[in-house]
Amino acid sequence: MAYERNIGDTLLAVDQISLSFGGVKALSNISFSVNEHEVFAIIGPNGAGKSSMLNCINGFYHPQEGTITFKGKTRRQVRPSEAAREGIARTFQNIALFKGMTTLDNIMTGRNTKMTKGIFWQALRFGPAEKEEMEHRAVVEKVIDFLEIEAIRKTAVGTLPYGLQKRVELGRALAAEPDLLLLDEPMAGMNLEEKQDMCRFILDVNDEFGTTIVLIEHDMGVVMDISDRVVVLDYGKKLAEGTPDQVRTNQTVIDAYLGVAHDDEDE
Amino acid sequence: MLFFIETVISGLMAGVMYSLVALGFVLIFKASGIFNFAQGVFALFAGLALYDFISPDGWFYELFGFVLPAWLGIIATMGVMVIVAWLVEFLVLRHLVNQEPIILFMSTIGLAYFLEGLGDTLFGSDVKPLNLGLPSGAWDYLLDTHNLYVEKLEVVAAVVAAVLVTVLAIFFQKTRIGRALRAVADDHQAALSVGISLRTIWVIVWSVSGFVALVAGIMWGSKSGIQFSLSLIALKALPVLILGGFTSVPGAIVGGLIIGVGEKVAEVYAGPFVGGAIENWFAYMLALVFLLVRPQGLFGEKIIERV
Repeated sequence: MAYERNIGDTLLAVDQISLSFGGVKALSNISFSVNEHEVFAIIGPNGAGKSSMLNCINGFYHPQEGTITFKGKTRRQVRPSEAAREGIARTFQNIALFKGMTTLDNIMTGRNTKMTKGIFWQALRFGPAEKEEMEHRAVVEKVIDFLEIEAIRKTAVGTLPYGLQKRVELGRALAAEPDLLLLDEPMAGMNLEEKQDMCRFILDVNDEFGTTIVLIEHDMGVVMDISDRVVVLDYGKKLAEGTPDQVRTNQTVIDAYLGVAHDDEDE
Repeated sequence: MLFFIETVISGLMAGVMYSLVALGFVLIFKASGIFNFAQGVFALFAGLALYDFISPDGWFYELFGFVLPAWLGIIATMGVMVIVAWLVEFLVLRHLVNQEPIILFMSTIGLAYFLEGLGDTLFGSDVKPLNLGLPSGAWDYLLDTHNLYVEKLEVVAAVVAAVLVTVLAIFFQKTRIGRALRAVADDHQAALSVGISLRTIWVIVWSVSGFVALVAGIMWGSKSGIQFSLSLIALKALPVLILGGFTSVPGAIVGGLIIGVGEKVAEVYAGPFVGGAIENWFAYMLALVFLLVRPQGLFGEKIIERV
């Protein structure tokens, strides 16, 4: 990496996670840990269980076995709203924005867990609720500046081009000021220029706000460039973990990616 | 000319009543994509409960030996509607998460008949005159100066509806909970990921629509007494929704007014040529035409789908 950062203690530890849907094992015995301020990538072929892993971390899926430790709290199951409140934000592989709402409103929803004024004030949008609204609007404007999307502030996101939608989705996650940011294929379907922009944003987020990032990505060039460490999954199993260089030269990984026949895998 | 204006005004006033019911539908549809068939019964149930709290022939009087003043009765009824909303979430919706809309719709039909039966059992099925001390009779000023006959109660209903819509529109557009409601309507997963709790939102939205039902119940009840035909108004709200758009609060109001005025004017002026009774089907014909021309309604969100 070009710059030095303070990689801290363990922020997230995934321990012996197993998840299955009916008879299909999506994940078996996965363990890894992510340190504070790290950019950590999960890679692997299609169907390797990468998205399932993210879904376990933010509480969409509840693994049958194993525990997840976040900020020192260990548990098997977590509810998505709890995960969000504790500082986990995420984006989705297939963009999940609120299509009928404007960019501004979409990003404002990211502030949801930080806003506390009761429904009584909200109903009147009066007194404390109004003041609170203004404060959070200021944070959201910063996010909008940061992502350079001022021009589409009032546009309904359903009408935006794909690359911009991805950016708005990142904005919504950032608005929550998360400690851990989960990005599910942030660059899928983008052209080169959009990819470069997105890379820059991810690195800036990590650099400026110290946000820990766990990302899934298929573009190997990107992954090797921006990640501190990488874990490789295949068929729900962990193949390797390490720095990009270690992973790149790992024979099991090369086999998995180049599709060496699976009968000689116990070399 | 005077007669025409009177016709339009009485149409507008009837329209306000439709709008109040339609509003309840829109709220729930907007936030959860559920078409709540029970909305009309909600209004009936709220009216029945309110009557019970404030009248000497109700349960409440029998149990406690006194009746509540009107304002306290309204607050107590609101409490009842919140409990109903919570029960609906706890007993029905929670178990039907991720089901097809048609299944949720069917469950609201069940809910409608259940609540209607419950209301009958608890409060009896006779027509109950609701007297909250709202002004009634003709508005003398207009009668004297312009020779126009306008009911005071209907003017009150119009003002109440206007206030209600303004508050709801601001609530939906500009507050955290309003945004959370719209977010849940748009995408459950994304809403969960930003920490919105679906259950809380559902209880809130059903409570708010319970509140709107209460207002509608009060207005209809004051006008023609609380009777079980109130639950059938739900059907009149359907064309209102098609006209205004299922997802638009202002649409529910404008749609209601158009239908109210349209059917009165049609009845009076076109009725004689076709033998009358246009009022009964005019709204549905209008809705049908709208479905062909503008399926999302006047104010409905345009359905955007990228391929």
